[in-house]
Amino acid sequence: MTRLFTTMWLAALLCLGTAHAANLQTYSFDDPSKEALFRELINEIRCPKCQNQTIADSDADLAKDLRDRTYLMVQEGATKQEVVDYMVARYGDFAYYRPPVQTSTLVLWLGPLVVVLAGAGVILWRVRSRGNTDIGLSTDEQAQLAKLRGTSSPTVDTNADTNADKDKGDPS
Amino acid sequence: MAQRSKLKWIILAFPLLLFLWLTIFLLRGLFSDPTELSSALVGKPVPAFELPDVYNPEKMHTEAVLKGRPMLLNVWATWCPTCQAEHAYLNKLADEGVYIVGLNYKDDSRAKAVNWLNTLGDPYQVNLFDERGMVAIDFGVYGAPETFLINMNGEVVYRHVGDVNERVWKNVLGPKYEAAMAEYLNQPMEAQTAAAGG
Repeated sequence: MTRLFTTMWLAALLCLGTAHAANLQTYSFDDPSKEALFRELINEIRCPKCQNQTIADSDADLAKDLRDRTYLMVQEGATKQEVVDYMVARYGDFAYYRPPVQTSTLVLWLGPLVVVLAGAGVILWRVRSRGNTDIGLSTDEQAQLAKLRGTSSPTVDTNADTNADKDKGDPS
Repeated sequence: MAQRSKLKWIILAFPLLLFLWLTIFLLRGLFSDPTELSSALVGKPVPAFELPDVYNPEKMHTEAVLKGRPMLLNVWATWCPTCQAEHAYLNKLADEGVYIVGLNYKDDSRAKAVNWLNTLGDPYQVNLFDERGMVAIDFGVYGAPETFLINMNGEVVYRHVGDVNERVWKNVLGPKYEAAMAEYLNQPMEAQTAAAGG
């Protein structure tokens, strides 16, 4: 039974793949590098009509027009930047799936970094506050600790720091 | 010690403030329409083009028809139901003296477009026929209807996506058109006639 399901799933996936490929078969290129550029571009240019789809994904009329235009430009030897600029000039930054770095998009670019730094900061703060010998020990306890350290043998003394860590780990 | 608890409060309040900020941000998103994109052409001159007339395939128009005075450029097609909905209002605006140029966008056939204008009325001073939608791409058109407001210098001032109705005209397009008209009428008389001649 499971095997049957697996086969069906694989068959379904296979159909999906061919449907997508059929979309692009009408374009023939004189140069494989142009074809690669074309495929790269249509997967990075966003369809303005059908938002959240690239012009490669979308079946909308406009997406087809933009694929045609991309094809023509690439065949005529346009660079990637030229095609992207062409689309952005007409449809705005929206048309390209890689937003440019500018004030309005800064949060997109720096947001993840800020979150990671904030997380690291919190971790660092917590670790350091735990490592601080001041907390958790009253003056009496510190005196006691000093006394214990003073009475320990010289061989243990070299590990005094680790012992101290253990000692104050307990109360917290 | 007091300083320490203060720091603690700040840290404890941080998630709450973050939550409130996110709530406001997302709430605003509920009331904005993501399909309404502002035009990349705003403040720029209209793109150059050469298109035939809807009625007469022999007659060619260029971007010059969009210069010299404030006007609306309305993108429409017979396959577009919303265009039908706004057509009566465009007729009304044209009757009131608003200068509108029509751009027929990828219509099924020229005959259908002509038939539409003959039966529903023709509010357009000039009728452009963009059979393959290539000029529309230069305008950044991504659907129909769309309406561009163009000033006397042939620059795009504003782009409205969706139908033009009384509410849109009163609140958005009308005031902007009036402002462009005021600028046009305030210029010296000889410039006005020169522009109208060209």
